[in-house]
Amino acid sequence: MAEAYIKHKYEPILPQKDEWPVVKLSKSRKDFVKTVAENSKKSILEITGNNMDLLKEELETTLHREKLRIKQNPWAVDPDDEKDFWRKVRSTLVQTSTDNSLTKTQKKKKYLEILDDITMRYAEEIASNFVHTHYKVTRRMVTFGFARLLNAARVKGIKSIFSNQYSLQDKIQVLGETDQIRELASKGTIVMVPTHFSNLDSILIGWIISVLGLPPFIYGAGLNLFNIGIFAYFMNALGAYKVDRRKKNLPYLETLKTYSSEAIQFGVHSLFFPGGTRSRSGMIEKKLKLGLLSTAVEAQRANYQNEIKDIGGKVFIVPVTINYHFVLEAPSLIQEHLSITGQERYYKERDEFSTSYKISKFLIKFFTKGSDISVSIGRAMDVLGNYVDNSGNSFDRHGRKIDTRDYFISNGQVTVDAQREEEYTYHLGKRIVEEFHINNRVFSSHLVAFTAFQMIKQDNKKLDLYSLLRLPEEDIFLVYVEFREACQMVLDKIFELEASGKLQVAPHMKQDIDSIITHGLENVGMYHAKRPLIKNRNGNIETQDLTLLYYYHNRLDGYDLEKLF
Amino acid sequence: MTLKNSSKEKSVGVVGMGSFGTAIANILAEKSKVIAFARRAEMVDEINHHHKVDGLPINENIVGTQDPEMLCNSCDTIFFMIPSSAFQEVIRTFSPYLYPYHLILHGTKGLCLNLPEGKKLSDMKLINRENILTMSEVILKETVAIRVGCLAGPNLSRELYLGQPAATVVASKYNEVILEGQRLLRTDKFQVYGNSDIVGVELSGVLKNIIAIAAGALAGLGLGENAKGLLVSRGMVELVYLGNALGGSIKSFIGLAGIGDLVTTCNSTLSRNYTVGYRLAKGEKLSEILESMDEVAEGINTVRLIKAFVEGRGMRAPITENLYKVLFEDLKIEEALQYLMKYPFSVDVDFL
Repeated sequence: MAEAYIKHKYEPILPQKDEWPVVKLSKSRKDFVKTVAENSKKSILEITGNNMDLLKEELETTLHREKLRIKQNPWAVDPDDEKDFWRKVRSTLVQTSTDNSLTKTQKKKKYLEILDDITMRYAEEIASNFVHTHYKVTRRMVTFGFARLLNAARVKGIKSIFSNQYSLQDKIQVLGETDQIRELASKGTIVMVPTHFSNLDSILIGWIISVLGLPPFIYGAGLNLFNIGIFAYFMNALGAYKVDRRKKNLPYLETLKTYSSEAIQFGVHSLFFPGGTRSRSGMIEKKLKLGLLSTAVEAQRANYQNEIKDIGGKVFIVPVTINYHFVLEAPSLIQEHLSITGQERYYKERDEFSTSYKISKFLIKFFTKGSDISVSIGRAMDVLGNYVDNSGNSFDRHGRKIDTRDYFISNGQVTVDAQREEEYTYHLGKRIVEEFHINNRVFSSHLVAFTAFQMIKQDNKKLDLYSLLRLPEEDIFLVYVEFREACQMVLDKIFELEASGKLQVAPHMKQDIDSIITHGLENVGMYHAKRPLIKNRNGNIETQDLTLLYYYHNRLDGYDLEKLF
Repeated sequence: MTLKNSSKEKSVGVVGMGSFGTAIANILAEKSKVIAFARRAEMVDEINHHHKVDGLPINENIVGTQDPEMLCNSCDTIFFMIPSSAFQEVIRTFSPYLYPYHLILHGTKGLCLNLPEGKKLSDMKLINRENILTMSEVILKETVAIRVGCLAGPNLSRELYLGQPAATVVASKYNEVILEGQRLLRTDKFQVYGNSDIVGVELSGVLKNIIAIAAGALAGLGLGENAKGLLVSRGMVELVYLGNALGGSIKSFIGLAGIGDLVTTCNSTLSRNYTVGYRLAKGEKLSEILESMDEVAEGINTVRLIKAFVEGRGMRAPITENLYKVLFEDLKIEEALQYLMKYPFSVDVDFL
């Protein structure tokens, strides 16, 4: 299949590793962690209004939750001295509050010391352990290993081991504003915000960043991934800092946000998965977690406050969409989505992408069969969601050049206004979601899954979603001629949307409809034990797993395509 | 903190010197220098040389101009006080001079249509929420300004002009806009409340105009206070349902900008919308009434848009629907009233 995409070797924008912001950061790691801890402490004190009783309460809540977590949900990656640390916190807390000989100021000092210890510990825990040599090794390993696998699969015979006929870029297509991100990364600070469907995304993005010749980005990776030795190595090598979703206490969340904000101010490029976790429903993220995103807005304001007005202090948001025919975790993700449907608090963080065996099995399948991935780099925006040009200037909708600093000004001065920044973050989140939909690339598999599910839904109008999904799969089939007609109808609409710039379409969609359907059926969720869609012996369309079909169908949610049915 | 040099203190802008604009400019001028934009040269002349608008004296701190650029450069905070029919056009002339540091408030209780290029209301089969814009949405759509707010509440221009005690609501998603509105507007006789549900507050002001026309009609028919009580409370229910469907919160509708404004406009001969209803009931034709009024009664356009929206949604809004027939389809007011009396309302209050 001939596809027009960017297969290009990019020179690194900063050839000297000492110039990499992430290397600079790791060199001054100790001081940096200290700054983070110190600033987190400040913002916690601000939140508690410098009120000692409130602070004490926060500390007690934190202690209580941490003890619960250690007891109920321990992970391999947790440090051994955890129990001791919190035991000590507890005894100091109890002592301080019962000791009547202490004056108010002395008590306050004690509480501050406890807070100090906690934020320091958290900052240390969160901070990334970027080691340049590990990074090099990992990058080589990924590229080399992937290339070997790929060529072994596609080039026949003994020569395959040495063949370089296929590179990873045949498998993973990088599209979009690649030159712009390179340009901007050499001038300002990038915050990359990709869609998130699979645990593979982290490695994939890490690889993309290196292919584009960009210095490594730091990113918040779920601490659960560090449970697995090999993943931990990769993560550390790629500059990941750790996000522990079990810890929801104020000091932790503040330290995490401060870490991110300080790193952006330091000039380190960052990567957030703004959806927070993988999309469980298979839909493109609609609601973003704004916590980390707010740190981009905050860092931008801080830079303006520090009178850094040039492009060196500008933060650029780059949305990235990743498109798959197949998501390894789809079955468990969609099950979870259906069982929780919005009540996230009732379920426990679990990780099913857990064994190295499963991962390697997937990788082998991935390389030996023809399932392609495309990664679209979106247009860069400032922290208010205005598009920027390659020199980093922001433009409003009418194409007029504007100064992002103006957004933070009242009465002629840059001011701090937490409520304002909260609204800005919300606004930015909305813009990112819009860009996700615009950059989304429709694959044949999305088309067939969407059409088939909508047809089944149409045939069972009276059932709600849950009853529909409980229908026995054996009873469902779609007549090919009708299916083909419906696919054509949806496809026409998709091209219409493409023409008006509302989404993108993969080149393999420019064939005749029968070939598209065949391609779609071959690829949709191709490695699952139960296939979401197949053609049966009579040439009609069947599903082996309706829930999975629903998952892959969801990818085209949000374009009003269901109104066609 | 050092005191700011007063000569550097920026002015406050007021765009549109209709009766409400003039009243607000006067209140603002008690504390700040005000630059007022008017389209007509004679009016600017009258403001600058005689300190009057249409013969009524105004505060001498108000400077008139016809130059949008000058106004935008001299003011960080600008109040747009123009009828909805001209709103989009005026905003577009100001748009090139507005920057993200501007705070923008408006006091317009109307709606705008937002249709695809080249389409008219009559071309559309159905009207969705996206086809209707409140004034703050117009500002966000047409300009780069993001810190936007609105003024709404029982603020009859004539009474404000006379300096009688009153209150208003400044609504914005941004606290700083609310605080700035309060700082600029609050006086001994003018109380300013804040609300973060800007769309709800805008809709309160917009939708109450429908009920005000109906209230005027009842009075014109010579009906009593029982009937008015009935209309106001049923009108409130309709307002809450419509407002909710358009994205406002119930809390805002039962506040000053909702109930407060509704009660005022349904009882006042100073209200333009009320007057339209009153004169209709006295037998005048809508076209005659509109010709003889020098300022717009927003309610008429609102009835037209909301009726289309209600049909698109498949909702029912009996007062609005019947008022539409009276205004545009020559239904007799008596017949509309009959219909309303027969309509099967069953529950008194079911929205709280």
